[in-house]
Amino acid sequence: MEIVPLGDSAVLVRVAENFDDAPEDALHKVLAAKQGLEAARIPGVVEVTPAYTTVALFYDPMGALDAAAGAKNVFGWIEQQILEALSDDRELAANRVARTIVEIPVCYEGEFAPDLEEVAQRAGIHWKEVVDLHCSAEYRVHCIGFTPGFPFLGGLPRKIATSRRDVPRKEIPAGSVGIGGKQTGIYPIKSPGGWNIIGRTPLRLFDSKKNPPALLQAGDRVRFRSITREEFERSTS
Amino acid sequence: MNARAIRAGFVTSIQDLGRTGFRQFGVSLGGALDGHALRVANLLAGNDESAAGLEITFGGLRLRFADERIVAWCGGEFDARIASRSVPAGHAALVLAGEEFSIGSPGLGCRAWLAISGGIDVPVVLGSRSAELRAGFGGVNGRPLRDGEDLRLGENSGHAKVLIDKLRGEKIARWKPPHDWSSPARGTPTLRFIRGADRNRFSDVTIQQFTDYEFAVSPDSDRMGIRLNGPVLKRRNDVDLLSEAVAPGTVQVPPSGKPILLLNDCQTIGGYPKIAQVITVDLSVAAQLCPGNRIRFAEIPIGDAHTLLFERERNLEQFRLGLAAHFR
Repeated sequence: MEIVPLGDSAVLVRVAENFDDAPEDALHKVLAAKQGLEAARIPGVVEVTPAYTTVALFYDPMGALDAAAGAKNVFGWIEQQILEALSDDRELAANRVARTIVEIPVCYEGEFAPDLEEVAQRAGIHWKEVVDLHCSAEYRVHCIGFTPGFPFLGGLPRKIATSRRDVPRKEIPAGSVGIGGKQTGIYPIKSPGGWNIIGRTPLRLFDSKKNPPALLQAGDRVRFRSITREEFERSTS
Repeated sequence: MNARAIRAGFVTSIQDLGRTGFRQFGVSLGGALDGHALRVANLLAGNDESAAGLEITFGGLRLRFADERIVAWCGGEFDARIASRSVPAGHAALVLAGEEFSIGSPGLGCRAWLAISGGIDVPVVLGSRSAELRAGFGGVNGRPLRDGEDLRLGENSGHAKVLIDKLRGEKIARWKPPHDWSSPARGTPTLRFIRGADRNRFSDVTIQQFTDYEFAVSPDSDRMGIRLNGPVLKRRNDVDLLSEAVAPGTVQVPPSGKPILLLNDCQTIGGYPKIAQVITVDLSVAAQLCPGNRIRFAEIPIGDAHTLLFERERNLEQFRLGLAAHFR
């Protein structure tokens, strides 16, 4: 484990060394660390956010000042608190591990899927096989980022891994499902992007009026289900 | 009561101190790019320091008031007026019903934060009134103000009412905060930083270049970040990292070697190596950078960054106590 400052108001805790060989293990370590750090209720800590192999802890230095006994010692004190919070190998609470699978309906047709044919060609298979493969896997949400609510999903079948487009698109519609390298993800809001777009979901991935505002969060299990254009239109109307 | 933006200006948006607790859902901190300037302006206007105000970029705003208010602003060098009366940065001023506050284009810097007594009353979205312009929520429908738009204001606080009565004669208060707080813009500033979380991804030569040379602010800069032109910063290898958290103040280096200083609307995670992290107190200076400005970077230990922040907070507390006398 490595603890490094991310400026004067945040700390990065690198909890897993390696991702590619053991993504599930990294996710487990990250979620456990997040839980441990939240449970420790360290004075001054504002929020704890997970990513692939790291957890970031954001703090208000003023909130830590008294406990840390002096400005020169704030980082050292925070570091100590983190080490103590993560000293025992915490097990994830059962409710997080056992979370049900979130099913995402996707229409893989026509203008919803401008890059589906190219993904198929590069994989040397028929586009229907791409859809079957994309729907066959169970994915894990490793983190949310890029835009509000954008889930980075691990677990994409190797066969359909496709490198990002050379020239990113200026505008990708909300709900677009894409493949970027070994990952797949969903664009919650209209935004630029370089992933290969293979379908679109009628679900809203981000809604600022809800709390939590994102449909998914790190650790969630996800599956995609192929729907027809009629089903897509029914669910959006 | 309302205030009407007769002219909305180049980019004017509603901002408070931003939203915390939602980064794990990909929601940026957001809020005033110089939160300290907004806090000071709010205190001057008799508001809670976290009230929502206006972030005015490149000026051009004309705001007409329907009732009496105290206003105060902090930021770059602007010519601001109420009717024909000049309102320098950092002074609480009285606006009468029907009068107009106007702010011209900047001489130095590019942004100003205007606090209005009572604050701007838009709905709180995810814990903040700040406009999130990229995702389109908060503020007024997540977008900048438009010409002719009406802004609903909160009630004048007890403090503001006292001040309104006191300023009927002179119209503008004589007292003001330290100059650094009300006018943080600097020509060719040096931004202090602490070592980046990915310092090891850069050679000593590159780090030396980062601190030895000036960088110019690119036109392609906004609330997400400031893009910089200067010596190309070589990374030890071209492999990007697995995305991990970034924060306002992070200086990241994409494969082009041209660094980007991230600001409040930056993404929550990023995969470019982080060479440096500009300290919180200097983000007030960074928020004033405009295209063509030149800057330098200088490294300090994290303990010094905290000391500077604590000093500023202590001084703000003193200032707040001092203000109390004017509100009685």
